[in-house]
Amino acid sequence: MKKTYLIIALIVLSVVSLLIGAKTTSLTALLRFDPEQWELLRISRFPRLISIIIAGVSMSIVGLIMQQLTRNKFVSPTTAGTMDSAGFGIMVSMLLFASAGPLGKIAVAFVFSLLGTFIFMRILDKVKYKDSIFIPLVGLMFGGIVSSATTFFAYKYDLIQSMNAWLFGDFSMIMQGRYELLYISVPLVALSYFYANKFTVAGMGEEFSVNLGLNYKQIVNIGLFIVALVTSVVVLTVGSIPFIGLIVPNLVTIFQGDNLKNNLSHTALLGAVFVLACDILGRLIIYPYEVPIGLTVGVIGSGIFLYLLMRRKTYEH
Amino acid sequence: MVKVRGVSKQYGGKKVVDNVSVDIAEGKITSFIGPNGAGKSTLMSMISRLITKDAGEIVIGGTEIGSWKSNELAKKISILKQSNHINIRLTVKDLVSFGRFPYSQGKLTKEDMKYVDEAIAYMELEPMKDKFLDELSGGQKQRAFIAMVIAQNTEYVLLDEPLNNLDMKHSVQIMKVLRRLVDELGKTVVLVIHDINFASCYSDYIVALKDGKIVKEGTTDEIMDPAVLKEVYDMDIPIENIGGNKICVYFT
Repeated sequence: MKKTYLIIALIVLSVVSLLIGAKTTSLTALLRFDPEQWELLRISRFPRLISIIIAGVSMSIVGLIMQQLTRNKFVSPTTAGTMDSAGFGIMVSMLLFASAGPLGKIAVAFVFSLLGTFIFMRILDKVKYKDSIFIPLVGLMFGGIVSSATTFFAYKYDLIQSMNAWLFGDFSMIMQGRYELLYISVPLVALSYFYANKFTVAGMGEEFSVNLGLNYKQIVNIGLFIVALVTSVVVLTVGSIPFIGLIVPNLVTIFQGDNLKNNLSHTALLGAVFVLACDILGRLIIYPYEVPIGLTVGVIGSGIFLYLLMRRKTYEH
Repeated sequence: MVKVRGVSKQYGGKKVVDNVSVDIAEGKITSFIGPNGAGKSTLMSMISRLITKDAGEIVIGGTEIGSWKSNELAKKISILKQSNHINIRLTVKDLVSFGRFPYSQGKLTKEDMKYVDEAIAYMELEPMKDKFLDELSGGQKQRAFIAMVIAQNTEYVLLDEPLNNLDMKHSVQIMKVLRRLVDELGKTVVLVIHDINFASCYSDYIVALKDGKIVKEGTTDEIMDPAVLKEVYDMDIPIENIGGNKICVYFT
């Protein structure tokens, strides 16, 4: 996979994304500096594009970090209960801290997704049977339990509808003033570049890390911190976009191997391209209406996930 | 100098290593031998701070192991365990480069690259340095991990069963390399090894363990003795002198 191809794809898709929508825009009108069209771009299309790119990039990167740290290709925020825990946190914040601003909500969601991820890691430590497929199944079950608790409380306090609206991945509601929190992910992604080599060493196991003088627990905790915070931010602003953190890093590592430092840029670019392509598809398929991103990515993503499962022999000893 | 004094470790009430004291000779190969469950690997893991000890003292270079900064100790002593061979898709060169991690934290300098290239050349891995580890044979993979340890450039090199799963040819190759590390580069090598004849042919000193205690330690010549081996392994082991080496003939 050439980086240049990905960059070209990203630019082309970005332009397409800016031009399509219920209200038609055209390049010629934009070049005439039609103020109405530029206004549309400014308050709706640009925010949408930026949030798609940030969400795609950051969810893919945190998936990559998770797979590296757990040494399992099938672990991601979707398959480790991280997203479901963030959802639980959002429910708690709506219930108990209804007046809290968006930052407050993120803080609560973050605490819960971090907690959920740590519980998953504890389970991982305890599990003796380390089959590569068994671990994500445990994660999915754990996530299922958490989200059923979320549903239970949401049902009891009549929050089901608003919870579903929150949690379902959807870019159509993104507008100026509603997505800026996503920028929190940007420094976190930058931080993952800084720690790339340490994550790779940690991914080779605790004994291996100790031999090289790396503080294993600290590095794993930093990684999980980044994962939980990015997931909370994305779930809260865009909603949950399943499978990206799973399939994008896998597609990259199949070709490039597991040296995190070499994979970050590819993963970031492919993540953005993938989400952008799914979003455009969702906007065109029943034009002028649209299919929410959670659904498009879910369908395409689970297809690719199945394919990865079929070829999992590659990862076995 | 590595000094082990009165070191113990117990798991669930059972003493796996029981009050062991031993000095590791500088610039020599020392092999830990003994039956399964003798505590060889546990002792080695404690010396390399992979697991904590319950009692006793381990002094490396004049400083107690607990007082060392982990990162500084990584420049002094390295350990290679069989379980380190996890399934990660790195190229040989990337793996060897991680041996420089204690010095560079991942940002390789020119000097680091020099060590990496030398280690690759030393282990004759140049033709396959851009291959992924999972494309290599068992022997090549083991050489790649040893190259990483060479790049780590520590005075002490500890290897836990380095011949595990290797065929005869590759086993001999690895043992010869370890001998060269000692003779040419002046390293101190400590091995946990199951094949008594490899221990006999390549070690300078042997430490024989049983039930967490040292049965006897000494030069290879002293330990390769039917009476000593009987005590360690609970079986009669005749020893023949073949080509200047003491060989145990215990198969029938």
